[in-house]
Amino acid sequence: MLGKIAYALPFLAQGFALTLWVSLLVVVLSLIAGIILGVGLVYGPAPLRWAVRIFSDTIRGIPILVLIFFVYYGLPAVGVHLQSFWAAVLALTLFKTAQVVEYLRGAVASIPKGQSEAAMAIGLTFRQRLAYVIFPQAFRRFLPPWINGVTDAVKGSALVSLLGITDLMQAINQVIGRTYEAMPLYILGALLYFAVNYALSLASRRLEQRFAFIRE
Amino acid sequence: MATSSNDRPALLDIAEVSKSFGPVEVLRSVSLQVAKGEVVTIIGPSGSGKTTLLRCVNFLESYDSGSIRIDGKEVGFRDGGARQRRSERDLAAMRAETGMVFQGFNLFPHLTAAGNIMLGLAKVRGKSKTEARSIAEHWLGRVGLAHKADSLPAELSGGQQQRVGIARAVAMEPKILLLDEITSALDPELVGEVLAVVKSLAEDGMTMVMVTHEIAFARDASSRIVFMADGGVSAVGPPKEVLAAETTNERLRTFLARFRASQF
Repeated sequence: MLGKIAYALPFLAQGFALTLWVSLLVVVLSLIAGIILGVGLVYGPAPLRWAVRIFSDTIRGIPILVLIFFVYYGLPAVGVHLQSFWAAVLALTLFKTAQVVEYLRGAVASIPKGQSEAAMAIGLTFRQRLAYVIFPQAFRRFLPPWINGVTDAVKGSALVSLLGITDLMQAINQVIGRTYEAMPLYILGALLYFAVNYALSLASRRLEQRFAFIRE
Repeated sequence: MATSSNDRPALLDIAEVSKSFGPVEVLRSVSLQVAKGEVVTIIGPSGSGKTTLLRCVNFLESYDSGSIRIDGKEVGFRDGGARQRRSERDLAAMRAETGMVFQGFNLFPHLTAAGNIMLGLAKVRGKSKTEARSIAEHWLGRVGLAHKADSLPAELSGGQQQRVGIARAVAMEPKILLLDEITSALDPELVGEVLAVVKSLAEDGMTMVMVTHEIAFARDASSRIVFMADGGVSAVGPPKEVLAAETTNERLRTFLARFRASQF
């Protein structure tokens, strides 16, 4: 049994690498898009705020699986053909972006108004207020839910296997198909996902301490 | 019409400022001049518009009509009378000319005491880090907190936080210092240390406009007292005149009676 699994290890490693790659892309792209849209939602002119609000509410109201199938099978109907890999990345990024927007909005909204006023009173411009007063504080409140979201992104990336992409989940299913060793392989898969997410939550705890306003 | 107590030209010139929040008129054609070096305290019942007036001076609040000038320059609107709001950069530059100390301190919790003071010096005044640090240390010394330079706000008492708040404002060398009920959020035993700092600044000739409920302090430290009621200036003059027991101003007499009663 171990021999058969050992034989499949390079294949599984490839799947694992793809899982990490998809997760990384989704996390980075959604962070960038989410921060831009989030700032638009909090500080933008009314039409932009409405647009972001509608985007965020719509996306968050759709099951992620539906979103993936919609992007891959639905968009070709309007002439947008994406490779399965990019369709999956796009769908997951849209989903994650809507979450980042909400985390950012919540984090910025939780900073008392007096902070902005104190920053205005010493003569900081809007951008300076964001850069030196609001974001450093909002970052600390943004971090915990966002890291949670990152671990969700890693786990959620398993859905890309449904488009036939050979990520860790798909690789495991294929090896099981050949070896009929379901139990040890699923345990191996679970351990790998767990290892990534556990490392992330450790890193998050470190970061939270690093940015706490009260020194331990 | 309220005028400056002497012939010097007004540093701060508030002329016929009115403002409404929806249907509520919070400021009704308020005029007030403050000369350089004057300490003007504004007293009055809550809801009388004191704090709103103060917040208009550095344009944390806009106003509907009238004008507010510092050194002859309109604060929130472009010169030329078109009532066009200044650009973000202009506004920031104008606000840097006034310092403000808040009731709730509003220190930046992620920065140390020195860091709170250095931020404006570095980013607005363009000082180097070393320069900003030495100015911050100077002012922390002045408010008796030289040893707390590297403490975070959460590690300081309320009175200490407010003294840092004052240091943060005066380190920018503002033309006018605005103080908005700066002792109202403090435990009674901490009020004295903060007022002592304000008094020493007054003795140095800092121009100040102070909204306060500390009538005794207003009496001892102000050049003039302004009594506001219902969004307007109801009485203004030297402390002795305004606080005189035999005043004919009905609103003022009621207000002061309540204050006197609460002293015992």
